[in-house]
Amino acid sequence: MDNQLSLSLTAGIFIGGAAGYIGSLMLSKRMALVAGPLGHLTLPGIALALLYDFNVSLTAFPFVILGIVLIWLLEIRTKLPMEALTAIVFASGVAITFLFLPIEQAETALVGDISRITFWDTVISVAVSISLVIVLKKIYSEMVLINISEDLARSERIGVKKYNLVYLLSIAIIVALGVKMVGGLLTAALVAIPASAARNISRNLAHYAFGAMVIGAISSSLGILLAELSEFPGGPLIILVNALIFLISIVFKR
Amino acid sequence: MKPEEIKERFVGNNLVLKVINLNVRLDNQPIIENLSFRVKRGDVITILGPNGAGKTILLRTLLGLLPHEGEIEWELGIKIGYVPQRLPFIKDIPLSVNDFFKLKKSSERETKEILDSVGFREDFLKKKMCDISSGQFQRVLIAWALIKNPQVLLFDEPTTGIDISGEETVYHLLAKLKLERNLTMLLVTHDLSVVYKFSTDVICLNRHMICYGPPKDVLTLESLRALYGEEVKYYQHKHY
Repeated sequence: MDNQLSLSLTAGIFIGGAAGYIGSLMLSKRMALVAGPLGHLTLPGIALALLYDFNVSLTAFPFVILGIVLIWLLEIRTKLPMEALTAIVFASGVAITFLFLPIEQAETALVGDISRITFWDTVISVAVSISLVIVLKKIYSEMVLINISEDLARSERIGVKKYNLVYLLSIAIIVALGVKMVGGLLTAALVAIPASAARNISRNLAHYAFGAMVIGAISSSLGILLAELSEFPGGPLIILVNALIFLISIVFKR
Repeated sequence: MKPEEIKERFVGNNLVLKVINLNVRLDNQPIIENLSFRVKRGDVITILGPNGAGKTILLRTLLGLLPHEGEIEWELGIKIGYVPQRLPFIKDIPLSVNDFFKLKKSSERETKEILDSVGFREDFLKKKMCDISSGQFQRVLIAWALIKNPQVLLFDEPTTGIDISGEETVYHLLAKLKLERNLTMLLVTHDLSVVYKFSTDVICLNRHMICYGPPKDVLTLESLRALYGEEVKYYQHKHY
């Protein structure tokens, strides 16, 4: 196996696994779709990175944070449903991007490209993914309780705000990592599909969380391998493998 | 007030909770106005009132979950268990009964014991939360609230979805648990027979307090009419 492919595979497995794991929390808070708009919002950041040759994840991250803050502020101010606000914010993100990103570079921004990832990029992606999983594992059961009922969590003296902040930051980080691999358009699927598939076949929480992580890692590695063997870009293939695993999981639904 | 002073005020008269001039506003709408009452150790207080009267809001405020004006003084260091009306989002997650108790850091032994005391066998642990009936779900919530041995139980009765036989079992169960664990209880209910059979005091709530005291003294035709309006006939027909 050539060196570049093993770098892409390594980064893909870890980012995919971490995305699947956090997805298992987002699905339960019905927030999986929020990752979509946030993914779109990274587009101006990705465009900047492509134009000036920066790291995609690094420039994407501040835009996700900006998006989260904007949505949160707008929600307080307008009391419109979260979905409507995210739609407004993400459409603006896409619109801004195409004001200044040359159309020939749009593919990377929209569907990602992990096939040319550098050594250090891989190291950082792996380290960040592992740290993310460790942090999320620490707050996992509290987050599940918060997702079920904030009242119940607060009556157990859980600092809901603090946990939500860590959780949102984790989402921002995973989106920033995910856009590198599958682009601004497909990040939501990277987060949502493994958890949905795992949910179909799990009998308890441990199976579910672990299953989402494994499905995320497997789909990413298979997608990257398929891209290597074919002429198609990796991002869409990763999502299609995910979708296929989801379809199979329906057959085995418990 | 210093902690010792608060304790002093409670110990003498066996109070666990004192509420004085409680006012709760949400989105600038008054929800609860000028509510005052006291709860002694071992009391069962029922909170009665029509839909939208602020009963659930009252429980949530007592738990410290909502901003309010006025005084809510719990006995220092008291542990409170809360049984919410329902948990709609729990079905989003593939959670076994055991997982649900683990969220409260309950050991498997503790979970088994508490499930046994609400009438479930050991194999119930492996059931998925989304597969159990509404009556079973309510008993699981009660058991969950009783982990870590609280002295007070706040119980919010669901308005719909539990069949009559299920309801009887729940109050039977609450009465049994109260005796076994010497619990103080605040129950939101719609069922007048439960109020009569089970409670030491009743609070009739429709934003402000309409009546307060032992049910047989304060639940008069007038107070019920003030509470429910035209619905009173229906209630009387049903229970007398």
